[in-house]
Amino acid sequence: MQSALSIRGLTKVYDNSFHALKGIDLEVPEGDFFALLGPNGAGKSTTLGVVSSLVRKTAGKVSIYGIDVDREFARARYYLGVVPQEFNFNQFEKVEDIILTQAGYYGIPRQKAVKRTHQLLEDLGLWDKRHDAARQLSGGMKRRLMIARALVHGPRLLILDEPTAGVDIELRRSMWQYMKRINEQEGVTIILTTHYLEEAESLCRNIAIINHGEIVQNTSMRELLSQLSQETFVLDLAEPITQCPAVEGFDVELVDGGQLMLSVDKGQRINDAFARLSEQHIEVVSMRNRANRLEELFVRLVEESSDETTKGEIR
Amino acid sequence: MNTTQLLIALWTIVRSEIRRFMRIWPQTLLPPSITMTMYFIIFGNLIGSRIGQMDGVNYMEYIVPGLIMMSVITNSYSNVASSFFGSKFQRSVEEMIISPMPNALVLSGFVIGGAARGLAVGLIVTAVSLFFTDLDMQHPILTLLVVVMTAILFSIGGFINALLGKKFDDISIVPIFVLTPLTYLGGVFYSIHTLPAFWQHVSLINPILYMVNTFRYGILGVSDINVGAAVGAIAIFIVIFFACAMWLLRRGKGLRS
Ligand SMILES: Nc1ncnc2c1ncn2[C@@H]1O[C@H](COP(=O)(O)OP(=O)(O)OP(=O)(O)O)[C@@H](O)[C@H]1O
Ligand SMILES: [Mg+2]
Repeated sequence: MQSALSIRGLTKVYDNSFHALKGIDLEVPEGDFFALLGPNGAGKSTTLGVVSSLVRKTAGKVSIYGIDVDREFARARYYLGVVPQEFNFNQFEKVEDIILTQAGYYGIPRQKAVKRTHQLLEDLGLWDKRHDAARQLSGGMKRRLMIARALVHGPRLLILDEPTAGVDIELRRSMWQYMKRINEQEGVTIILTTHYLEEAESLCRNIAIINHGEIVQNTSMRELLSQLSQETFVLDLAEPITQCPAVEGFDVELVDGGQLMLSVDKGQRINDAFARLSEQHIEVVSMRNRANRLEELFVRLVEESSDETTKGEIR
Repeated sequence: MNTTQLLIALWTIVRSEIRRFMRIWPQTLLPPSITMTMYFIIFGNLIGSRIGQMDGVNYMEYIVPGLIMMSVITNSYSNVASSFFGSKFQRSVEEMIISPMPNALVLSGFVIGGAARGLAVGLIVTAVSLFFTDLDMQHPILTLLVVVMTAILFSIGGFINALLGKKFDDISIVPIFVLTPLTYLGGVFYSIHTLPAFWQHVSLINPILYMVNTFRYGILGVSDINVGAAVGAIAIFIVIFFACAMWLLRRGKGLRS
């Protein structure tokens, strides 16, 4: 199948000689829902910036639907819709005009642009606000305005840089639904960055994790989840204890008298741990995951890659 | 992009540029009208009546073309400078960068928008001047040509200024320290023949002198300089400025990190 986005050997050195990207390869198949994950400053926005031509690349090749962005600049642009991390519209302009103007930049005839704009305003719940100045919108509405603007020319590849940052839970779910819909029904390839791993888990088929300007993991969501070999639980105890009990076969840690941290490897049975605790007359009242299991995996992968890069660096 | 798409895109920029300066007319159209009315009253009527004639014409009549030109120059320049810098500042310029529009089209759109503001103000000032004097245009086509070329040239200048500018101060420096002095010294209020020989020669390196004088020649039929050469020089300046702006755009200067 064709790649919606293909990145080869992408490097970026900013003017202050900071190496933001150190040779990135990325392949996003057509129709995919793809997550680009990584800690703050990893290089996610820089990567998407190069794809959308807001950032000049130092070296490498980028093609969108097989079209080289350097050689056929204009044609590649028609395939691409961009929702950046920072608000980048004229705050004094009216919501409707912002979208219509963007349509004009793609040479879309007025009548068609108006029709498309109205549809998007309705779909994204901005219809009532269409005559308001953009600065009067709430943060979540501004994000949706940027999504509407990015879709006005019917792109085949939509890149979203933290689209749900600062969006409330209910709205976030409706945005997920919307993104799922355009991905499934209209076949739009979507690449997003997010710090909410739950979001990536529920939406994305494939992911890449980037850290210090390098891809440290590029795999399917399913594959990633199957790597989860260990889970940590927090156990609330009926009565506080002073010494950490020994639980054969398990890693246990006493947190603050009333709580135990229990690590369970794949294949181990939690029941066994409870049995050991019962033997020692320790009663567990309730239990929960220490953190989102995906988050734990993510932190581990990032930490591992940081260790490696630090080792490799000459200081 | 095909021709229709290019035209739609160009019109989109031009339209929003015109809408912008119309929306904020108390900042864009009103102040030059008031300032120029003051000039007409004070220099034209009150002082002008004591001066008598300049180059064989009434002083009031003599300064009208220069003042119209002065409004066209400053308004074209500052329209593009503040509008384009504003879109850099608000980052809405990114909407254009990610679009398929070629650089030349973006530049042309802003330049047409800036020229529109310059010419609109020029027209208003002309209308105001009619309360004070009769304008009997000698060479209408030349007049129009020169004023349009000047508006285009200074719009490109404003664009370059906005590209290079990093903060709001940077876009007011040129109008205050370069454009205004050059305009005042460009023979708006006097004929360079009234100057000592040395200063006449110095004045001749001021490009604005050529624009003001050509425009005045178009209206009154009097000029300090060779009109044909002046038109050619303005055209050459336009080409150089345009090429310069295009080069900066291609390098992404001030736009892409
Ligand atoms: N214009 C710039 N000049 C110099 N360095 C920059 C510039 N923009 C970004 N950087 C640096 O490049 C690195 C990557 O930044 P980038 O914005 O791509 O990170 P990110 O992964 O998007 O982070 P976040 O999750 O915080 O948005 C950071 O260390 C940042 O400081
Ligand atoms: Mg970012």
